[in-house]
Amino acid sequence: MSEAKSEGTRLTGSEILWATLEGEGVREVFGYPGGAILPAYDALRKFPIRHILVRHEQGAVHMADGYARASGKVGVAIATSGPGATNMVTGMATAMMDSIPVLCITGQVSSKVLGSDAFQEIDITGITLPVTKHNYLVTRAEDIAPAIREALLIARSGRPGPVLVDITKDAQQGTATYDFAAAAPPPYRPHPMLRAETDSVLNAAELIRGAKRPIILAGHGMIQSGAREQVRALAERLQIPVASTLLGLGGFPASHPLSLGMMGMHGEAWVNHAIQQSDLLIACGMRFDDRVTGSLSTYAPNAKKIHIEIDPAEINKNVKVDVALIGDLAQVLEALLPHLAPRTGGESPWLREVNTMKGEVAVRDIQNLPDNGHLYAAHVMNDLWHATNGKAIVVTDVGQHQMWEAQYYKHEDPRTLITSGGLGTMGFALPAAIGAKVACPDKEVWVIAGDGGFQMTAAELSTIAQENLDLNIAIVNNGYLGMVRQWQEFFYDKNYESSPILSPDYVKLADAHGIPGATVRTRAEVKPAVSAARERKGPFLINFLVEKEDSVYPMIAAGSALHEMIRRPGSNPLIETAEDA
Amino acid sequence: MLHTFVAIVQDRPGVLTRVASLFRRLNVNIVSLTVGHSEKPGVSRMTIVSEASPTAGHRIMASLYKLENVLQVDDIGQHSSVSRELALIKVAATPKTRSHIFELVEVFRARIVDLAPESLMIEITGVESKIEGLIQVLTESEDRILEISRTGRMVMRRGQHTSRVLDAMRVSTPETDADPIPDAESDAIEEADLPQ
Repeated sequence: MSEAKSEGTRLTGSEILWATLEGEGVREVFGYPGGAILPAYDALRKFPIRHILVRHEQGAVHMADGYARASGKVGVAIATSGPGATNMVTGMATAMMDSIPVLCITGQVSSKVLGSDAFQEIDITGITLPVTKHNYLVTRAEDIAPAIREALLIARSGRPGPVLVDITKDAQQGTATYDFAAAAPPPYRPHPMLRAETDSVLNAAELIRGAKRPIILAGHGMIQSGAREQVRALAERLQIPVASTLLGLGGFPASHPLSLGMMGMHGEAWVNHAIQQSDLLIACGMRFDDRVTGSLSTYAPNAKKIHIEIDPAEINKNVKVDVALIGDLAQVLEALLPHLAPRTGGESPWLREVNTMKGEVAVRDIQNLPDNGHLYAAHVMNDLWHATNGKAIVVTDVGQHQMWEAQYYKHEDPRTLITSGGLGTMGFALPAAIGAKVACPDKEVWVIAGDGGFQMTAAELSTIAQENLDLNIAIVNNGYLGMVRQWQEFFYDKNYESSPILSPDYVKLADAHGIPGATVRTRAEVKPAVSAARERKGPFLINFLVEKEDSVYPMIAAGSALHEMIRRPGSNPLIETAEDA
Repeated sequence: MLHTFVAIVQDRPGVLTRVASLFRRLNVNIVSLTVGHSEKPGVSRMTIVSEASPTAGHRIMASLYKLENVLQVDDIGQHSSVSRELALIKVAATPKTRSHIFELVEVFRARIVDLAPESLMIEITGVESKIEGLIQVLTESEDRILEISRTGRMVMRRGQHTSRVLDAMRVSTPETDADPIPDAESDAIEEADLPQ
């Protein structure tokens, strides 16, 4: 619709919507049509924007979310009013908890009947107040372009997050003068409490220089800020080991000698011990979530804390810190680094101690353990990691497999692990992977989901088939809601109430969608199946029938101290650290 | 403890809900909330009094700033300020029993704004303790209070702390707790309003 784009043209609200998105560089949207958004869909064909038809609106938002996590750009989802809009709420909450830039567009009943309980009317701006960074109700065609442009700006600026624009049907049908440039929003206002004052930077530098047992806690902010080089410089200059949060994985290369791995509830034992014994935590773009700290009263008791964070509301929320540097992580580190001289002398006693705790990293490389006839999920993750050289985009769901993936798949690059951390949304993986594949068509994408979570959004298999997306699906199938079963085993006397779950024959299910698949029952079958999936152009599904009652170790029970980990019983063939061997 | 915030917000539909929703989300009770026009067109001023832990002030203020419609937030805290509340109190009173209420109203520097055969209405402004004082005296003198309507606290910092000055102060000297305007006669004025 290039002729109509010229400034000052009279367009319908629907045309303005797409023209504005096109002007903002949006090329793909994920959506589902319906009554109140039909005028917009009617105008879509005039614009060079690809629409991916989803099977459920929750999937549309997860796709936009996966798109954003994989690419760093804002993902866009669109749906109709009423149930279309309410179905998006879980997706928005997921994006909100993990600070993902997503734009959700919903149709709304005509402004003339707003508030009358019209067919498919729902107060979606009211419903989504707590799960969006901001939202708009647009009732006039002339307000669409400014709202969309400002929404995109808000979504990607500062601490990113989801933004909703609810557009009434009459606003879509009305006409207005379209002027892209004139609809430009004012510059984004940085949070007024952002400040990394020189004093604080100097204080932080002094704490770092004086620390004997420092540790860097790398969070999602490292990826969002693009601060890999700055964090690496800080770590290497002073030989500080780096622990990652779940969402921070991939931020710092796993193969780096200073990389420790994941911290927290299912983090590596040596990481949690190191944090507890540290005398200085340098938190880089993370928010001291309860899954990371365990009991707050016993958390890193001897450590001073430096918190580098873009959101002032996170400071002292869970953990009281000694120095807060509020701002974009990369910028703050750029200001901090000149005050830090490289460490001289050999390996510090602290690093030697941490490395001893860690043992040979190879202990997690379970390739060489004898095959005793059991197929453990860890084998699947480990083989997948080897097969893909740690370079694939892996999209995980929520539960045991998510933790095993985090433990056994070593991520080297940012944006290669996509997972729902904060909200823990089961059913996230399959749609989010679709978004990731659309964002990065040249990258290898793997879905790893449990049999529980996969069934929550399995309808999106049909979307994959319709779009013929080349992505691979690994279902880690243990016949249980595995993490629920694990908690029941540990804390509820093995009362497996409602956690056994029946699955369909996933290979047949895939086949019904025209997607080939394979079932894997033994370790020997893992690699050939993974190769078959990788070699085939187009989607492929593997149903891994793994050990039914395996648990994720180590584990910190909710409310326990970080070092009070439940360890794997000795008789098990899997080992975690040197001391288990 | 009680925290008092002054929030300068855009005057648009839904902004009050966003602010109120934030307090609800943080599980912080709002004790009182007053909203009205400010010195700028299209901009409203809220005074929010909330009950929260002593350390919660920073997070509430930081969270308020995350709302796109909130332009400026001031945590009044211990800053020298003037605090006022308006109350309308309707008391049952007949021509025979009115006179002592007139006396009370005189002492409290309140006003009678409505007089009906069976009741009268008192208008009183002042700090909360003054209003509570009048209510208490009315109750103790066995006058039957029929209705009370209170606005909740509204607060303004003393001296040249217009929103523009605050803006400027924040840019030039961040974390300026030092009050450039000396307290002067300050609270003495307020105390004088209080009957002893």
